[in-house]
Amino acid sequence: MEIKVLGPGCAKCKATADLIGRVAGETGVQVQVEKIEDMRQIVGFGVMTTPAVVIGGKVVHKGSVPSPDQVRAWLG
Amino acid sequence: MSADITTASRPASRPAWVWHAGVVAFGVVWWLVYRQLVPAAEWITALFPVDRRSHAGEALAFFFYDVPKVMLLLTLIVFAMGVVRSYFSPERTRALLAGRREGVGNAMAALLGVVTPFCSCSAVPLFIGLVSAGVPLGVTFSFLIAAPMVNEVALALLFGLVGWQVALTYFAFGLVIAIVAGWVIGRLHLEGWLQGWVRDIHSGATAPEAVEGARLTLTDRYKLGIEAVREIFGRVWKWIILGIGMGALIHGYVPEDLMARIMGADAWWSVPAAVLIGIPMYTNAAGVIPIVEALLGKGAALGTVLAFMMAVIALSLPEMIILRQVLTLRLIAVFVGVVGSGILAVGYLFNVLF
Repeated sequence: MEIKVLGPGCAKCKATADLIGRVAGETGVQVQVEKIEDMRQIVGFGVMTTPAVVIGGKVVHKGSVPSPDQVRAWLG
Repeated sequence: MSADITTASRPASRPAWVWHAGVVAFGVVWWLVYRQLVPAAEWITALFPVDRRSHAGEALAFFFYDVPKVMLLLTLIVFAMGVVRSYFSPERTRALLAGRREGVGNAMAALLGVVTPFCSCSAVPLFIGLVSAGVPLGVTFSFLIAAPMVNEVALALLFGLVGWQVALTYFAFGLVIAIVAGWVIGRLHLEGWLQGWVRDIHSGATAPEAVEGARLTLTDRYKLGIEAVREIFGRVWKWIILGIGMGALIHGYVPEDLMARIMGADAWWSVPAAVLIGIPMYTNAAGVIPIVEALLGKGAALGTVLAFMMAVIALSLPEMIILRQVLTLRLIAVFVGVVGSGILAVGYLFNVLF
């Protein structure tokens, strides 16, 4: 599963990427987390608030660090 | 509210009435604690081996009164704003502002800047999201000026430390500066001074609909309020203690009318000097307002300290560096010039009036 975390390298963006990696490790789902920090690409997804999470080309979350439960739902 | 509201995946663990009761109980406890602040501060100060009337005694009493007071006020106001903000989103603000005429648009943008969730780390995608959806440049600037300047942390601290009159004044004139400066920038027609790549996405870029189209229950909004309190406290508590510590030292040790001479209303150069010093200062409302309060107490003029505070909060160097990705240097210079002039005008106006 390919997951993109959009954000200009802020603390919350890093926390989001770390959280996804951790939950994936717990549940045993194979994920590739890619951090997108380039502003042109970020706005290309149409998000106005970061961090945002993109799975399969779709924005599933934006504006905050997601909760572990939300991440589990995406991975499940 | 109906029962079929689809919230995010969270199951409701407690019934809603528990939350309502909890919020009411919190309000009552808050009020009881708030009323005990003065005796508590005096009691703690008395534990120290210093004379209450000495410089050190003054500084300590000031510190132990102001820190808990500010923390309490901040908790209440940030929670309330967190709940209010859950009704707004950048997407909704954009829909309200798109295609809006200048003038009315500037006023709406400034007001929405106060209530829309905003973090300067998201300033760039927000800026592009607004401009690319057809929000006029000047209206976008009104939003971007008001959002960081008129924030609940500044209002809570001003209200708690300096009084509601100054808090209200700051609120009103912060909005006026955002509206007028945005309008002026709009009149200058500087769309050509955006960075090239921003102009290119001007027409395209369709944003997806709000991903969490889910409606929130009041309980969800309480949780967002609590989340806001936790997040803002994590960010500002050091600044508050540092700022109030500095304020306490000024309060206890700086001679009575020293500030009247440097920052008083008679020193005409003090207002521009306050703005120039304020721009590169990297702090936030939480750090600067306790100092402002102490300076006021030592005879500094209200207009001068207001100008200083506004410059520190509204014209911050880090934010300009972030905005550099979308604005050319010329446009940033115009932005600083226009907002700075507005702050100067407010500073002089208050020094003349009060």
